[in-house]
Amino acid sequence: MSEAEYEAVMGLEVHVELATATKLFCGCVNEFGSEPNTNICPVCLGLPGSLPVLNEKVVEFALRIGEAFHFDVPERSIFHRKNYFYPDMPKDFQTSQYDSPICADGYLEVDGVRIGIERAHMEEDTGKTTHVGGGGRIHDADHSNVDYNRAGVPLMEIVSRPEMHTAEQAKGYVSELRGILEAIGVSDVKMEEGSMRVDANVSIRPVGSDTLGTRAEIKNMNSLRSLGRAIEYEISRQVELVESGGRVVQETRHWDESAGITHGMRSKEGSEDYRYFPEPDLVPVAPTDAMRATARAAIGELPAARRERMVAQWGISETDARTLVESPGLAEFADATVAAGAPGKDVTNWLSGEVLAYLNETGLSLAVLPLTPGKLAELCTLVSDGTLSRNLAKDVLGECLREPKDPKAVVAERGLAQVNDEGELGALVDAVLAGNAETIEEYRNGDDKLRKKKRGFLMGEVMKASKGSGNPQVLNRLLDERLN
Amino acid sequence: MSGAPETALDIAASVRSGERSARSVVDDHLATIAARDGEIHACNAVLDDQARAAADAIDAAVARGEDPGPLAGVPVALKDNLCTRGIPTTCSSRILEGWLPPYTATVVQRVTDAGGIPIAKTNLDEFAMGSSTENSAFGVTRNPRDLTRVSGGSSGGSAAAVAAGYAPLALGSDTGGSIRQPAALCGVVGVKPTYGLVSRYGLIAFASSLDQIGPFANTVDDAALMLETIWGHDPMDSTSITGAPAPLAGGADVAGLRIGIVEELTDVEGIAPEVRAAVGRAASALEAAGATVDRVSVPSCTYGLSAYYLIAPAEASSNLARYDGVRYGLRVDGEDVADMNARTRAAGFGPEVKRRIMLGTYALSAGYYDAYYGKAQKVRTLIIRDFAAAYERFDVLLSPTAPTEAFPIGEKTADPLAMYLSDVCTIPTNLAGHAAMTVPFGVGGEGLPVGVQVLAPALGEPVMFRAARALEAAAPR
Ligand SMILES: [Zn+2]
Repeated sequence: MSEAEYEAVMGLEVHVELATATKLFCGCVNEFGSEPNTNICPVCLGLPGSLPVLNEKVVEFALRIGEAFHFDVPERSIFHRKNYFYPDMPKDFQTSQYDSPICADGYLEVDGVRIGIERAHMEEDTGKTTHVGGGGRIHDADHSNVDYNRAGVPLMEIVSRPEMHTAEQAKGYVSELRGILEAIGVSDVKMEEGSMRVDANVSIRPVGSDTLGTRAEIKNMNSLRSLGRAIEYEISRQVELVESGGRVVQETRHWDESAGITHGMRSKEGSEDYRYFPEPDLVPVAPTDAMRATARAAIGELPAARRERMVAQWGISETDARTLVESPGLAEFADATVAAGAPGKDVTNWLSGEVLAYLNETGLSLAVLPLTPGKLAELCTLVSDGTLSRNLAKDVLGECLREPKDPKAVVAERGLAQVNDEGELGALVDAVLAGNAETIEEYRNGDDKLRKKKRGFLMGEVMKASKGSGNPQVLNRLLDERLN
Repeated sequence: MSGAPETALDIAASVRSGERSARSVVDDHLATIAARDGEIHACNAVLDDQARAAADAIDAAVARGEDPGPLAGVPVALKDNLCTRGIPTTCSSRILEGWLPPYTATVVQRVTDAGGIPIAKTNLDEFAMGSSTENSAFGVTRNPRDLTRVSGGSSGGSAAAVAAGYAPLALGSDTGGSIRQPAALCGVVGVKPTYGLVSRYGLIAFASSLDQIGPFANTVDDAALMLETIWGHDPMDSTSITGAPAPLAGGADVAGLRIGIVEELTDVEGIAPEVRAAVGRAASALEAAGATVDRVSVPSCTYGLSAYYLIAPAEASSNLARYDGVRYGLRVDGEDVADMNARTRAAGFGPEVKRRIMLGTYALSAGYYDAYYGKAQKVRTLIIRDFAAAYERFDVLLSPTAPTEAFPIGEKTADPLAMYLSDVCTIPTNLAGHAAMTVPFGVGGEGLPVGVQVLAPALGEPVMFRAARALEAAAPR
């Protein structure tokens, strides 16, 4: 059998740090990048005698997630303790949700295909260990330092059903998930900073089979691109393994970005038994109708609906709509520009073209640019009322991207306004023709090919004479009137 | 000692009125501790300096015309599993060696806010696991009434401290009887409040769904004073009950009160005949005071002990995981982190704690959960249902507190099961989350104190205290 005769099956487990002001069970600040062990207290350090108190904002964020992904949110859900020893986990158990999650049985649409999401549950993050000496690896380190700032930071674990079959589909799922989580304001979803972490369960089976193969869990992908590469590598690895008579084993595999391979992590003796049991220090989570209403009200337009609206109202392509919605802040900018009076299609062209190119080139974010929706709308008007040619408008936009200037001011400053006056332009044409009698002669006697060439030359001269500001349509007409 | 020990109510009244200084109260009690604790060993630490400083502050407040509060100048002994900021809190375990809590338990804060003066941290069975205080890493606490006998446990130090006059009030914690059983054995009043009535914030957990803090006192009214000081909602404890509890005033009138003697906790093997007889005399006394008395069956109580010894160790196995040598307390170095964890725990925990951690770990293991932990939780539901049925017919229930008088030191240390049976009468209340208290009611065949237990439904403290006052009034002197 070849790779084409196998079907890959994958499910994704996504951990998202919630952007609440404080941690899950205490009042400590939830903040990335503070000095080690500064955002800590007896509760998130799990000191003897301390007790957790659930942050209501986390529940509200979970309810938003419930709403956005069509989950069932039961009347009551409970926390469990997941017991295992780990030095960066202060209590040596993680307070998490187990068989009674706050969100159950939701879905997400990726390119028209519905991907089931089994569950989403609340849990606490762990601290972070760094190993000092011996090259920073645990087994030869002199000692280890633990920073508990992240301990107790609220996480949602979002577990898809094993319903994806290609790396592209998996990337699409994560991209859509990320867009929605950002749109509903619950997380800053940065894979690179670890506020969004994706693990992939990958298995293969012969095409047509409906039983699931043994899966490997792939970890350590820190971008969408590496997620795609890791999945593709893993599928090939499994197919080759099975083809050569081997058997896939259930294990956790680590994606090595630079080598472009996954490798198995040393498996622990026996399978881990987490001895889950209901957390006795917390009461059941029972969202009230008021909390549910608040969460519903807090959700704005979701990415899919926004794309649909842009395509329908502005007449732009699905691809352009996706570009706007998936680039941070671009869709909001487009909406604001349209609200300021510009046509959606023109706005989309500028934003997905010149503006996005400039952002990519400079690495800047939209928020720090001097260009505002009002200025972009002004630029669109200058083009549509004939003041500015599209070519000159590009220059003006370039200047407005770099400096805090109005398009109108740039036009005035550089004398770029387009000339439409037929008398003024006719005089220019006459002057050019008077100095090119020979060319006119050649034009009149030449074949089609030569005529085209000579006319092009004359048009260039006319344009040059107008210093680029003559309205090309008017100039073309005036030239033709005189030549023929 | 001459006559009845001074009550907390008397001390507070005299200190508030300026008749007596808090400093002299504290000095007197410190003198008693100094004289007796060498042989009793109820204290892990005596807070001489802090207590004197606190007393001076109270006296200064009185001198300024301020009211220091209802516990003004009253010495209070604290079980050494209650966190006290900057003062060692050991749980009588080697594993917490050197740990200084950076915060104070809610109940201790409420005691000091009311003018009470912490005077000692008292001994306990390690992590509150035991019924005799013999499991303490720092040695046994002897019974002040007979130094060859145990003080009970796990709050043996607090019970002995009150019985020996170290302080008129003490705090303990009760997971399966750890306040009531030692109170009975030492001849004092001990209360296990309704689960959630008193904040657990700052109580070092043994079994979170069962643990509850409560008072020890020489009189029922003193116990009420202490309970009213420490109870009430605490935003730091999610399981703490919201809303104001009903006050405990209300005298000793039991006329018309319906009282049931729980057959499964009274008429069973292992209860000493003199203890059973004391319960009978107590019931008669209440009847004479106008109550009606009948016997009642609460069938599932029979399974209480078995369910308890699955649920409590299961929760303990998780609660005690954090003592791993990484962040605080004892650390014994090892080859790697896992080895360091193992060596630290092997050296830091005593045999009973290890036994319960293993029991609990096993009860929660994959494949055994349903048969053990799951089934124990079902028993718990049954016990709640059976008590609910009993409380439809009765206002309060009666039973022995402990099966016997205080037993000789060393008698049960080799036989854990015999030791576990010491709590057979008290455990069902913890499983149900209800209230219960013990009141001294005469002596047994060996001349040592016997306690009678009054049980009440959740938040039934007011009626429970009324019955307790009536018993106290009728108790043989
Ligand atoms: Zn904290």
